[in-house]
Amino acid sequence: MTFDRAMVAHIAELAKLQLSDEESERFAAQLSDILAYAERLQALDTEAIPPTASVLPLRNVLRPDVVEPSLPRGEALANAPDSADGQFRVDAILDSEGGAA
Amino acid sequence: MLTDLTLSEAQAALRAGTITAVALTQAHLERIRALEPDLHAYLTVTEDLALQAAEEADRRRANGDDSPLLGIPLAIKDVLMTRGVPTTAGSRILEGFLPPYTATAVQRLLDAGAVMLGKTNTDEFAMGSSTENSGYGPTRNPWDVACVPGGSSGGSAAAVAARLALGALGTDTGGSVRQPASFCGVCALKPSYGRVSRYGVIAFASSLDQVGVFGRSAADLAALLGVIAGHDPRDGTSMTLPVPDYAAALTGDIRGLRVGVPREYFVEGVQPAVEKTVRAAIDQLAALGAEVRPISLPHTEYALPIYYLIAPSEASANLARFDGVRYGLRDAQGALWPTYKATRGKGFGPEVKRRIMLGTYALSAGYYDAYYLKAQKVRTLIRQDFDRAFAEVDLIAAPTTPATAFRIGEKADDPLAMYLSDTLTLSASLAGIVGASVPCGFDENGLPIGLQIIGPAFDEPTVLRAADAYQRVTSWHSRRPPL
Repeated sequence: MTFDRAMVAHIAELAKLQLSDEESERFAAQLSDILAYAERLQALDTEAIPPTASVLPLRNVLRPDVVEPSLPRGEALANAPDSADGQFRVDAILDSEGGAA
Repeated sequence: MLTDLTLSEAQAALRAGTITAVALTQAHLERIRALEPDLHAYLTVTEDLALQAAEEADRRRANGDDSPLLGIPLAIKDVLMTRGVPTTAGSRILEGFLPPYTATAVQRLLDAGAVMLGKTNTDEFAMGSSTENSGYGPTRNPWDVACVPGGSSGGSAAAVAARLALGALGTDTGGSVRQPASFCGVCALKPSYGRVSRYGVIAFASSLDQVGVFGRSAADLAALLGVIAGHDPRDGTSMTLPVPDYAAALTGDIRGLRVGVPREYFVEGVQPAVEKTVRAAIDQLAALGAEVRPISLPHTEYALPIYYLIAPSEASANLARFDGVRYGLRDAQGALWPTYKATRGKGFGPEVKRRIMLGTYALSAGYYDAYYLKAQKVRTLIRQDFDRAFAEVDLIAAPTTPATAFRIGEKADDPLAMYLSDTLTLSASLAGIVGASVPCGFDENGLPIGLQIIGPAFDEPTVLRAADAYQRVTSWHSRRPPL
């Protein structure tokens, strides 16, 4: 697998990461190397092997459905770059026509 | 000097009343002031809070309180949240962030009377092996300031080595307490996954992250682990198993203990001085009565490619939360998606971006089965290797790292070479089992070498017992760097 500039641009868009031209070029080469190294996994027959998502023998961990105190709103907002009326304020999500801004 | 005490010695001296917490804390703060310009182990030194806590500890002791860590000055890796104290995870994206709550592991230390000296440097979001990926500049190795301290918990390791704290917390996702402990000549233990709460640990790879402890002896590690281990209702993956008395496990007796030496950990690429020194340490365990035998962990070579698919995949999901909305940097562009992209492009450093890219790719449509799922399946094979090994032996002994500390800048442009320095610690993380590193000698340049002791899940007592028995008959852990 070679990671070309178009693939870098596609993945950066999925990950919402703005990359400079220099970064894109460097990442294309470095990610190609790393993925080439990872290719060795393909040599193993894992058809009958179950995947490990967690090493613990846990499934669902439940607690009683009881309301407990949570972070006060003021504290939750204290680190926000912008807030108003007790809410996080963000840039427009939709433009005036209703499309994505 | 008060800063030369081990944590265990300081506990005894505080109890005996021969020293005070204030004097002990002041001695550390003075040494931090003197050495930080050379080392940069700390991102934040909480001098006023530390002195207040020390005064409080002395008052509590005068009133008969004998909490286990009362008056003990400690350092905390900056990926653990501390209420009201800047916490950055080594990232510019969190510059100025003041957490609204404290990580459970830290809170337990504070409740036990510990004095927090400050927050230590780390590779950004714990991604790295040298602290060179910190957004705030690298930490330097106390044994040679031209070298890295290892990473990602390099600040904590350097602080303990340089006598800038009696002990420290770090986090270990693929070796991030063991590798820097080895590079800095101190002791560290990564507990089993599920032994310590991850609540308030800024998440990197959630199926691997675990809080670890640093000290200058196995007894120090036992003292710290005993305080932070145990179930936390705020972390569903913290296990409800009882916490054993780790100090009581340090009997000095390892006669009959079966110790496996995996041939795959002594392959090409392991520095000759490391192999020779670690084999001598294993001979020492045999001299203490351990039954040493060769074993095989056949899938070891796959740990690195598995880790560098699974950890970045989990990281790419975890780091989606850094979007400039609720906390951290925002680079406003007038519309939301461009703001996300600009904020993340500006706030994250190169290694974090590289791993987000790698993880996003490995999880993306069309590649998931070939990369992420495949890695999860081979992870099962790594676990099975250990299951088979631990049917025959009680512990595994090996080098912690293939080589001693490298020079700052040496591997900065070659991520794959940097990743290889973790190759011997990754398997234990992927299997979720116990791994410790203890000093066992030096190379020809005077740089420390670490012996890695690996044990089955939740068998921290046996790992600590072996490390302690070794330290009763050797003095490598007592050597101090030439500062």
